[in-house]
Amino acid sequence: MDFDDTPEEAEFRLEVRSWLAEQASAYSLKSFDDLSFERQLSLGREFQARKAERGYAKITWTQELGGMGGTPMQAVIYEQEEEKYNFPTVFFAISLGMPIPVMRRFATEAQQQRYLKPALRGEEVWCQLFSEPSAGSDLGGIRLKAVRDGDDWVLNGQKIWTSYAHISDFGIIVTRTDPAVAKHKGMTFFFVDMKSPGIEVRQIKQAAGGGEFCEVFFSDVRVPDGNRLGEINAGWSVAIATLMEERFAVTDAAGGGAQLEDTMHFLRRELGEGDGGLDDPCVREKIADWYIAESGINNFYARLLTGLSQGQLPGPEAALSKIVIARKLQAQSADIMDFCGPAGAIYPDFQVSRANDYRIAWLEAAGYRIAGGTDEILKNTIAERVLGLPGDIRVDKDIPFEELK
Amino acid sequence: MNFDFSDDQKSLQDETHRFLRDRCDLSVARIVLDDQQQAYSESVWQEMVELGWAGIAIPEQYGGIGLGYLELCVMAEEMGRFLAPVPFSSTLYLFCEALLNGASETLKQEILPQVATGKLVGTMAFAEGFGFPGRDRIGVRFEGGKLYGDKWPVADAMIADAAVVLAVNEDNEPCLCLLDLDQEAVHRRQLESVDPSRGQGGLEFFGAEAESLTAFEGGSDNSGWQLFQRVLNSAAVLFAFEQIGGADACLAAATEFARERYAFGRPVGSFQAIKHKLADVYVGNQLARSNAYYGAWALATGAEELPLAASVARVSAIQAYEYAASENIQVHGGMGFTWEADCHLYLRRSRSLALLIGSSGLWKKQVTRELERKFV
Repeated sequence: MDFDDTPEEAEFRLEVRSWLAEQASAYSLKSFDDLSFERQLSLGREFQARKAERGYAKITWTQELGGMGGTPMQAVIYEQEEEKYNFPTVFFAISLGMPIPVMRRFATEAQQQRYLKPALRGEEVWCQLFSEPSAGSDLGGIRLKAVRDGDDWVLNGQKIWTSYAHISDFGIIVTRTDPAVAKHKGMTFFFVDMKSPGIEVRQIKQAAGGGEFCEVFFSDVRVPDGNRLGEINAGWSVAIATLMEERFAVTDAAGGGAQLEDTMHFLRRELGEGDGGLDDPCVREKIADWYIAESGINNFYARLLTGLSQGQLPGPEAALSKIVIARKLQAQSADIMDFCGPAGAIYPDFQVSRANDYRIAWLEAAGYRIAGGTDEILKNTIAERVLGLPGDIRVDKDIPFEELK
Repeated sequence: MNFDFSDDQKSLQDETHRFLRDRCDLSVARIVLDDQQQAYSESVWQEMVELGWAGIAIPEQYGGIGLGYLELCVMAEEMGRFLAPVPFSSTLYLFCEALLNGASETLKQEILPQVATGKLVGTMAFAEGFGFPGRDRIGVRFEGGKLYGDKWPVADAMIADAAVVLAVNEDNEPCLCLLDLDQEAVHRRQLESVDPSRGQGGLEFFGAEAESLTAFEGGSDNSGWQLFQRVLNSAAVLFAFEQIGGADACLAAATEFARERYAFGRPVGSFQAIKHKLADVYVGNQLARSNAYYGAWALATGAEELPLAASVARVSAIQAYEYAASENIQVHGGMGFTWEADCHLYLRRSRSLALLIGSSGLWKKQVTRELERKFV
């Protein structure tokens, strides 16, 4: 039993480390807060192009496709090393995480030639147009209509919570093509040019102030039938394949927020000795609680990686990490604010960056518990797919979609 | 990354599982539970001894099989799963750990072969009534080679042949002493506990002859206390595996029941109230398992992080087992609270294991103390 790399893994890690170290001076900043959004994005594109040149943009893909023919474990090693820096990679995470693998799987040869590499290089960004105002956890409830018209389809309706739609060039989209059949049987999958006439993108201002989520409105948007992914009315299976891609992407142990070591130093420095500070038994018990959860997730992750290193892909059990990380982030951030007393609500400038600030993390954690699968849906996943408990009774299963409330 | 047990260790676990399933299912724990006079299952323990299990982690030069901590961990998990009513933990995690870490070569040569052959059941006596012993709160005295005072509760006190006892010596320093329990100056008394499937008792010493363990290598002027801490850390990891075995058994029982029990025309496991509860149990169990592996790694590799890893493993395991055991009853409903249903056996064991080597509050203090040492 050990935490060590195999010799091949260690060699790859060294290679990645030295390459990242070379990039760091130009692209890894302590904080991007002072740069304009456009500048952040253009720095991001430059770094992404360099990554793609090395095959690091999609490590598990063949060189021909723009990858490096590596293993899933090598992809994880790259991520672990990249995470030690602060590179502007956030704009491409969704793009390369879900839409692009789906294009790889369902698009024609010619389309793949056209679209994959520009996305890997960060020249084009893709978004995922899934959720709607009336279809969140229940993705099968989407209403955005696609109606056949000659060689085209005409799209009308609205998508929401689309990350980075405002900077996206293309998007994958699931639509309602036959409302006369049951909900999961009348959906069709496409990709769309986000510059098409009739598409309007509006950023949503979130509770914590961020604006990377968007609403996207479709008014008579024409999409060629050639952009269809999968068969007509078989969109549900394409959507499921997309969500599967997300599975391992979300299980990393890093959860943002205040780091434990920094927090302990901070408490010692600001609150001194004795009651109320780091010596207070109430404070000490909370610290133990956070660390026990953090250690549990890190060690669970190590067990998943062990499987991955031996060639097993993680199953639905990996869903537990997000449940624990989001809840812990919320609780731990609130605890630190508590220790600070009334000043816990104030934003004096003593933390390194937004990403590590406990006040910001406290507010954003409320969103993490929803994004990418709510706590409740993930618990259903564990109960049904890991423990084998029976599925919920679905009252809408065999009813034509148009008759549903 | 190889953060898992080896194939050999996994097959030892399977072997242990099969033996316990066939020879020591819950009916055995129940016999001990029902009969006040039985402190353990003598016949199952004898069979284990014949399989060499009493000496599984004792080096070959002392007559054991010479396997390591990782092997002990996988066996502990199965002992916990089947609630085995045998002095495995007292003898192996506590008594042998103290001797292996702190006894002189002569003493090891004398005592350990007797453990390996099953001639000697051992335990460790540290608690003295309410609370948990601190450095300055040890009442039992070791003077002129003799022990005076009272220890309770002590696991397997009624059946052990020898004990390692925490005492203070003439210089008021804590020490661990080895003592033969079959002498007139030792009085034993049986104690009733919430978990009668694992016997406990009291030991009172009236000048009982004993020998101090003095060979702990990590020791300085305070080696007795450090040896005691070392034994507790080892035991915390090993008990954590018993706890995750028990917690797993609770989740399996509750899940099976929820699939088969119908109410309101559907399996109760199709209600989200039950699903989310069992998903929470699963999450707790997986975190505890992952932390227990971390403890096992630290123990097996002699890592400096052992005090941190052991405390994290223990708190996680306590939380997971107690939660799984109580929610197992809840899922079973009224039937789960009957004497006939096995649920209460796990509930009892989860509580007694949560207390035996110090409760979660005590071990959380160790977590933070170790983090402070590491970071601040």
